[in-house]
Amino acid sequence: MKTEVDNILETYKGAKRDSLIPILQKLQENEGFLSKESVEKVSKYINVPTSKIYGVATFYNQFKFSPPGKYHIQVCRGTACHVLGSATVLSEIENALKIKTEQTTTDGLFSIEVVACIGACGLAPVISVNGEFHAQVTAESIHEILNTYREKEAKDEK
Amino acid sequence: MSYTIEINNKKVEAEQGETILEVLNRNSVKVPTLCHMKDMLPSGACRMCVVEVEGRKNLVPSCSEPVTDKMSITTHSQRVINSRKTIIELLLADHPDDCLYCERNNNCELQSLSNEHHVRNRRIVGKKQEYKLDVASTSIVRDPAKCILCGRCVRVCEEIEAVSAIEFVGRGNKTIIGTAFNEGLNMSKCVNCGQCINVCPTGALREKCHFTEIEANLQDPTKTVVVQHAPSISVSIAEEFGLDSGTDIKGVLNTALRKIGFNVVFDTSFSADLTIIEEVAELIDRVTTGGKLPMFTSCCPGWVKYAEGFQQDFIPNLSTCKSPQQMMGAVIKSYFAETEKIEQKDLYSVAVMPCTAKKFEQQEKTMMQNGISDVDAILTTRELAKLIRFHGIDLKNLEPEMADSPLGMHSSAGKIFGTSGGVMEAAIRTAYYRLTGKELTQYRIEDVRGCEGRKETKIEINGTTFGFAVVSGLKNAEILLDEIKNGRSDLHFIEVMACPGGCINGGGQPINQNIDAIQKRMKALYDIDDADTIKASHRNHMVSQLYKNYLGEPLGEKSHHLLHRTYQIR
Ligand code: SF4
Ligand code: SF4
Ligand code: FES
Repeated sequence: MKTEVDNILETYKGAKRDSLIPILQKLQENEGFLSKESVEKVSKYINVPTSKIYGVATFYNQFKFSPPGKYHIQVCRGTACHVLGSATVLSEIENALKIKTEQTTTDGLFSIEVVACIGACGLAPVISVNGEFHAQVTAESIHEILNTYREKEAKDEK
Repeated sequence: MSYTIEINNKKVEAEQGETILEVLNRNSVKVPTLCHMKDMLPSGACRMCVVEVEGRKNLVPSCSEPVTDKMSITTHSQRVINSRKTIIELLLADHPDDCLYCERNNNCELQSLSNEHHVRNRRIVGKKQEYKLDVASTSIVRDPAKCILCGRCVRVCEEIEAVSAIEFVGRGNKTIIGTAFNEGLNMSKCVNCGQCINVCPTGALREKCHFTEIEANLQDPTKTVVVQHAPSISVSIAEEFGLDSGTDIKGVLNTALRKIGFNVVFDTSFSADLTIIEEVAELIDRVTTGGKLPMFTSCCPGWVKYAEGFQQDFIPNLSTCKSPQQMMGAVIKSYFAETEKIEQKDLYSVAVMPCTAKKFEQQEKTMMQNGISDVDAILTTRELAKLIRFHGIDLKNLEPEMADSPLGMHSSAGKIFGTSGGVMEAAIRTAYYRLTGKELTQYRIEDVRGCEGRKETKIEINGTTFGFAVVSGLKNAEILLDEIKNGRSDLHFIEVMACPGGCINGGGQPINQNIDAIQKRMKALYDIDDADTIKASHRNHMVSQLYKNYLGEPLGEKSHHLLHRTYQIR
């Protein structure tokens, strides 16, 4: 059966190594991340080993290798947020969710991304969950924030 | 064109196209290197090799800079030394510093460099990254914490082995050497050849060790522990004890193994002869019945895994013979156990191999009879050297002994299996005899000897011209296979070994970056061949006895069951 990935690859007929980045960008646009399966397909298609593709892709911040969580948390690490303790906020989120930046929780609920200044320095330290901003976050308040999403999820499931 | 250049105020000759480093080496001026690999394009990544060149503002990496006429070079000015020392200190900033516990203690380039540059304190303190130890492979352990990112492993894996299992992953200070998706090495296309271990300057890559299990069995009085040693071990292990490369210590090796506590010592060269009998029978069968040709050897598990993973169209071309290690294992667990009346549970079979891929081969499903593996554990040459030291054996003062009967005797054809070209030469000697009833008048087949990555010869037998090719290093195999895919059809039999030069340069051999050492090990094997009176596998009467008493015919039912195998697509 032809998949979406195959269709995308077909638009790059005869492509070589140098088309790698545009192909990966297109695939990520489609899937939201680069899955193992699609990287393996690209590898066969342009005859570049998967390790090389992974090496190139991990060089750039833009590529993700796990599907984003249902609630995608962006932690601002810009200067203003940094001065007001965003490092602690980040590590508290990582500990609470038991994942690292760029990863997704096993239940698929949360993922974390570090971003440079989101442009809301007045609210520092600030995080955004699916585009919703939370201002002046602290190591304590972060647990409440996460809980509101967990509760929301539990309600939705009912 | 010839240039005259100056090194440390001394005039020397240089050729156009040479790099500074080449000229320095030729003139015995030692400059440290890390990322540089001989006979490969320079990568210029580590900057260890910098020198001062008159008229140039910045220090110049000697490994990648071509000489120019009248160039004036200073190799050990204060500025150069300080710069090198800083590089070492930076590498150490994030290093675990557990040399005492490290596999490569006393045999580590980073350790020697720090020592040579008199690094005596930790001047630069870096943030320690967290790294995951990768123990998922049957053969290779990866410890990224000890990696200094020289890239040598990545380059052999790609440029010599055509595998590319590993690559630089990430960016900046988060860069590591990893597999695709940072999975365990077992999930990658790695063929377990171990060439990456041999080039690694530190303890970041090492073999998976069966030591504890072997020791436990040696200590167990109810166990008969049998050991076999591969053809190349006796000409390489001496280097671990400070003897010259190419010193053959076969007799002493037998003695040492007995002293360690192995009850029975067999020689894998015996089963190399056995392999030749089966393989030549198979080749002649393919030629006479219109079977798939060219036939490929199957004694190198690295090559076999490569074929299964990368060249699946050629799987039917692989000889179905097991490797000598596995044939020996199968014969030990069947014929030997039966004649000696040893129960399977009381038998433990160890193989000393120059190879890490053997550790993968040993645990493969197709290598089991009724759930019992042909071979139970593997020791690399390096590991056996450790075991010898561990048992306090003074190798230099041992009387040589013979291997045990009946699986200890071999022809010199079985012995030269340890070098690239050796399997082919052994096969040609026996094939010629089988097809003509006569022995070759000239037993040496010079065309397939030597360290080149590809060797070929044509030999006329009974009016038919047979084409034989030998390749080592899987990149060379890939190139030859491409020729065959593109229609080349003059070849009948092809020997492939994953390691450049063959088992004498295997991934389990003493770590020695010196190409001379490999050549000397090779020469040692051919010297043994010259000196031996039995030069062909079909002349090994112990092998003939084995057929008479137990196996029956080559390719017969029993042989098929014990000595042949199947393949799978990976
Ligand atoms: S063992 Fe061989 S194939 Fe595997 S990573 Fe090392 S060099 Fe590559
Ligand atoms: S693992 Fe070893 S060979 Fe590979 S980059 Fe690291 S230090 Fe170099
Ligand atoms: S050895 Fe020259 S730059 Fe590494």
